[in-house]
Amino acid sequence: MRLDRRATMATLLAGRGDDLLVVPGLGSTTWDAMAAGDNDRNFYLWGAMGGAAMIGLGLALAQPNRRVAVITGDGEMLMGLGSLATIGTQRPRNLAVIVFDNGVYGETGMQPSHTQSGVDLISVARACGIGTCLDVRDADALADLARRLGNLRETLFARVLIAIDEPPRVLPLRDGVALKERFRAAIGIKS
Amino acid sequence: MSVRNSDWPDRLFETLKRGGIRQVGYVPDAGHARLIDRCRGDSEIHDVVLTTEEEGVALAAGAWLGGERAALLMQSSGLGNCINMLSLARTCRFPLLMLITMRGEWEEFNPWQVPMGLIVDPVLKLCEAEVYRVNKPGEVTGAAERAVRHAFGGEHIAAVILSQQLVGKKVWTK
Repeated sequence: MRLDRRATMATLLAGRGDDLLVVPGLGSTTWDAMAAGDNDRNFYLWGAMGGAAMIGLGLALAQPNRRVAVITGDGEMLMGLGSLATIGTQRPRNLAVIVFDNGVYGETGMQPSHTQSGVDLISVARACGIGTCLDVRDADALADLARRLGNLRETLFARVLIAIDEPPRVLPLRDGVALKERFRAAIGIKS
Repeated sequence: MSVRNSDWPDRLFETLKRGGIRQVGYVPDAGHARLIDRCRGDSEIHDVVLTTEEEGVALAAGAWLGGERAALLMQSSGLGNCINMLSLARTCRFPLLMLITMRGEWEEFNPWQVPMGLIVDPVLKLCEAEVYRVNKPGEVTGAAERAVRHAFGGEHIAAVILSQQLVGKKVWTK
């Protein structure tokens, strides 16, 4: 039984604390993050496919005293697979990359992604030198991931197996400049 | 100010330091070798080796979200790898400072470098980047300083083009 994506996002972001900065990837994970409750410390992506993990890396390096969670889908991660190698060279202690893996491109008509054919993102992340790589398949493993995210001390990668479904879209702000400015203001950066 | 022919990468490095650059993403390139060494040797700079240049566009966006300034070093061929990701900088108005060493334009021995080298300027223009082209060592500092101001002063894309005339033709080093 695979996990429900909306419930998974809600679990990960429950009681998140002001020091958690979230970069949801283009598509479903952005709708999931918005559904879990809008937050100025979310930088939603409406584009930049393949870029979520690297945005997270730049942010984590710039904000070493805050936790950064990139939460994206398997298709978005596959487009930026090299960024796992780059993150493996940096390994910031405050960065988590969490992939909601349903094996399909949900936004475009449920075409199968590579993970459905056996491409194993955990093995990729591990081979890239990311020390903690979690395979999340049930509620207990999800609770463990949420705990680790709450007390992040090393670069973390997690693949969360989620069910194939298409919950109603919950759309955040689409204005990229506004998203950027409210995010920076929320963490005290003067323009 | 006279600048020795081989010193311009140091002038670039000093300009990045004065500009408060704290993250430098790069795909290794012979023309940037000295600058990359300087960045790697500086404890205040996160040097981030990339697998492809588009990663650097996203890195720079993340850096700015977190209040830091980044620069992206690449060869002209790498600009082609960035095009869609530049939409991130353009849509959200992230400042992006790119230092691009040219191939395929002057005494180029490798014809495979020519197609991308030929379209660097129009691609940058189409992507709304301000271009600062440098042909002589003495022009490096002024161009780079203006590019830093343009990028971070107004949240724009600025590209310093280091021409093949400046960088010199590629020499096999084995």
